[in-house]
Amino acid sequence: MALERVNAVVVGSGAGGGIVAKELAQAGLRVVLLERGSWVTAYDCRKDDLRNQRTTVLGNAFGPDDERHPRVVVDESGRERTLRASEPGYHNNAGCVGGGTASYGAMAWRFMEKDFRMRSTYGAVPGSTLEDWPLSYADLEPYYEKAEWEIGVSGDDAGNVFRAPRRRPLPMPPLPPNRECQVLRPAALRLGLHPFDIPMLRNSVPYNGRPACMRCRWCVGFACEVDAKCGTQNTVIPAALKTGNCELRCDCVAGQVLLDERGRAAGVAYFDARGRYREQPADLVVVSCAAIESARLLLNSRSRLFPKGLGNRHDWVGRNLQGHTYPRAAGLFDFELYDDQGPGAGIAVCDYNHGNPGLAGGGMLANEFIRLPYQFVAQVPRSAGRWGRGHKEFMRKWYRRSMSVMGPVQEMPMFDSRVEVDPVVKDHWGIPVARLSGGKHPHTLEVARYMAGKAEAWLKEAGAIHTWTVVPGPGLSGGQHQAGTCRMGGDPRTSVVNRYCQVHDVDNVFVIDGSVHVTNGGFNPVLTIMALAYYASAHLVKTWKGTRMRS
Amino acid sequence: MSASPWKRRRFLSAGVSSAAATFSGCRRNQNPWRFFTLEEAFLVEQICQQLIPADQDAGGREAGVVNYIDRQLAGFHSRQQNLYRRGLVRVDEIARAMFQDRFTSLASERQVAVLEEAETKETAFFNAILAHAMQGFYGDPRHGGNRDYASWRMLGVPPRPVRGRQQYDLTRGRG
Ligand SMILES: Cc1cc2nc3c(=O)[nH]c(=O)nc-3n(C[C@H](O)[C@H](O)[C@H](O)COP(=O)(O)OP(=O)(O)OC[C@H]3O[C@@H](n4cnc5c(N)ncnc54)[C@H](O)[C@@H]3O)c2cc1C
Ligand code: SF4
Repeated sequence: MALERVNAVVVGSGAGGGIVAKELAQAGLRVVLLERGSWVTAYDCRKDDLRNQRTTVLGNAFGPDDERHPRVVVDESGRERTLRASEPGYHNNAGCVGGGTASYGAMAWRFMEKDFRMRSTYGAVPGSTLEDWPLSYADLEPYYEKAEWEIGVSGDDAGNVFRAPRRRPLPMPPLPPNRECQVLRPAALRLGLHPFDIPMLRNSVPYNGRPACMRCRWCVGFACEVDAKCGTQNTVIPAALKTGNCELRCDCVAGQVLLDERGRAAGVAYFDARGRYREQPADLVVVSCAAIESARLLLNSRSRLFPKGLGNRHDWVGRNLQGHTYPRAAGLFDFELYDDQGPGAGIAVCDYNHGNPGLAGGGMLANEFIRLPYQFVAQVPRSAGRWGRGHKEFMRKWYRRSMSVMGPVQEMPMFDSRVEVDPVVKDHWGIPVARLSGGKHPHTLEVARYMAGKAEAWLKEAGAIHTWTVVPGPGLSGGQHQAGTCRMGGDPRTSVVNRYCQVHDVDNVFVIDGSVHVTNGGFNPVLTIMALAYYASAHLVKTWKGTRMRS
Repeated sequence: MSASPWKRRRFLSAGVSSAAATFSGCRRNQNPWRFFTLEEAFLVEQICQQLIPADQDAGGREAGVVNYIDRQLAGFHSRQQNLYRRGLVRVDEIARAMFQDRFTSLASERQVAVLEEAETKETAFFNAILAHAMQGFYGDPRHGGNRDYASWRMLGVPPRPVRGRQQYDLTRGRG
């Protein structure tokens, strides 16, 4: 039985997709929102140290499951492995209603003006596809604001002299500082830095009909049991459903965008919760599956006109996979820092995002989210031993007397860091899986080493009696901050979508999620994804002509 | 830190009694473990007690780490059953080669020496049991380890609050 035609199918209900579904539904379009994962609510929140979205040694708490979603990953030495979704190296974000926003740490960063003009600011970087965005910070500013007020952000960035201009302050004040923040703030000021309270998608006061954060220690990687964390699952998605124009179909896995004879999208083929093959006809299709799965969906959508995949005429789909390289400094103190006040992270500086001598870009630095005891195990320095008396002594002595400062280094995009579809391995439904390969640009690692030194200096100034740094290796980035695989740009030969997230060759297919990022900023990406979703939706609604796009 | 009302609770699930007691005190055919044989469980417990030794605080044995590992090998980590079966045999082989006796009969310093050898010679198995021991010791008690919140107590981390639905303290934010 054929399904009734709708105006739009949105694939993926995460940061990008949730917002698009709501904007289109409120504009009167009939929308089907497909999500491969399930609906999780505050009541499903299990606060399990070993099974969440950060520590997955007993599986992913918020999807996808291990049994049905394999991926192939090729490491630097060319070794190829088929991984389960909870294994390290899979580069997972999430698979549930709300996508990553159901369990994220909820830092809510606006990128800076230069983050949209990396190529003009720093020139070409050999070996990197570094480019400018086809839009500017000013284009996105109203939509950042919309995201901050509609989804809900607390914090206070007034002290951040480097921030890009904003018209409206944040809707909620910051949470009171925990002990780490109290120690780090005066230290930053003594160093001449400009510390401030991190903007967070978290209620610090009752907002939007949900209560304030009660400051538990299980925040990043967990759903919030009091629903104080703001994601698309408890804001825009319920709003979309309330219009009566949007139908959310959970546990539905899209396999292909269907194309008609003229090369335009006709709908989406998917497998429903009972495993049945379905075709949902639609006037337009929005792909919002996060950078890796969005690229996979396009590459799996082959047709006579697009033998290499939808939008992939010039071989750019899946390219430039990036995330963030996180250098870290850890410090030991002769006084207690642990106060069990979640979420933990609270203070940051943007002094090193740009203008670092001889370097392209940089990143913000912030204190870490609360380290759960098992997470601290891996942070014990090698000199204390991996096991035995020394390791246990270290845990006991320093768990409450240590902290880390870290930050997301803006990466130099690499053409050969990429998503393909694997020629052999298929998922549970027979759909070819994503195949990941590539690595980091050497300059990214150089910036990371520099940032680690700055983080260490901050800890020393704060009174650390012993410090050390950890810089990641050269392997592929992606994971929770995955981006870049369907680059936006003005030239169809070197990008996949235009500045409105519309696929160059196919005017009724949009990619609206982290995939379109040209560069990923020196910040966690989600607020930018949200702002882009509002921005692209506004344009889409404006050009919508009943059953088609105005060309 | 807020005063944490530590409650010592008895855990009622099967197999939380120490593997040593089980080994010596039970009749044959009464193996309480899901995956291990009695001998294996005893060996695993001894290994874990070296990975996380008891001192003024509980060690791997007291915290029931072997119970955690047994549960996971019969569950989420079942793909590692063979790795364990072979790895445990190898540990005893190393013990015999170095000290002419089985691991569980060796004095503590010798057990440490055997494990140091296993760390380089049986890397895959050693890394697995080390990771699992740490999970069982420092992770959430709901999975069978960290008995009586042993490690969280050692670190001074409050236990997980037991909350009924909607029984939340909403006064800690600004609201
Ligand atoms: C533990 C954690 C902490 C994080 N902390 C932060 C933070 O502090 N700040 C920040 O900015 N970012 C953070 N992030 C990252 C943030 O969540 C992501 O950047 C963001 O969610 C990405 O948005 P997206 O729309 O691109 O994809 P997602 O939010 O991942 O949404 C994609 C959705 O598509 C669905 N999907 C995929 N394929 C299919 C298919 N074939 N059919 C149907 N549905 C499909 C997925 O299940 C998913 O729900 C964190 C993420 C995690 C997991
Ligand atoms: S720290 Fe606050 S927002 Fe985070 S999960 Fe706990 S109560 Fe919710």
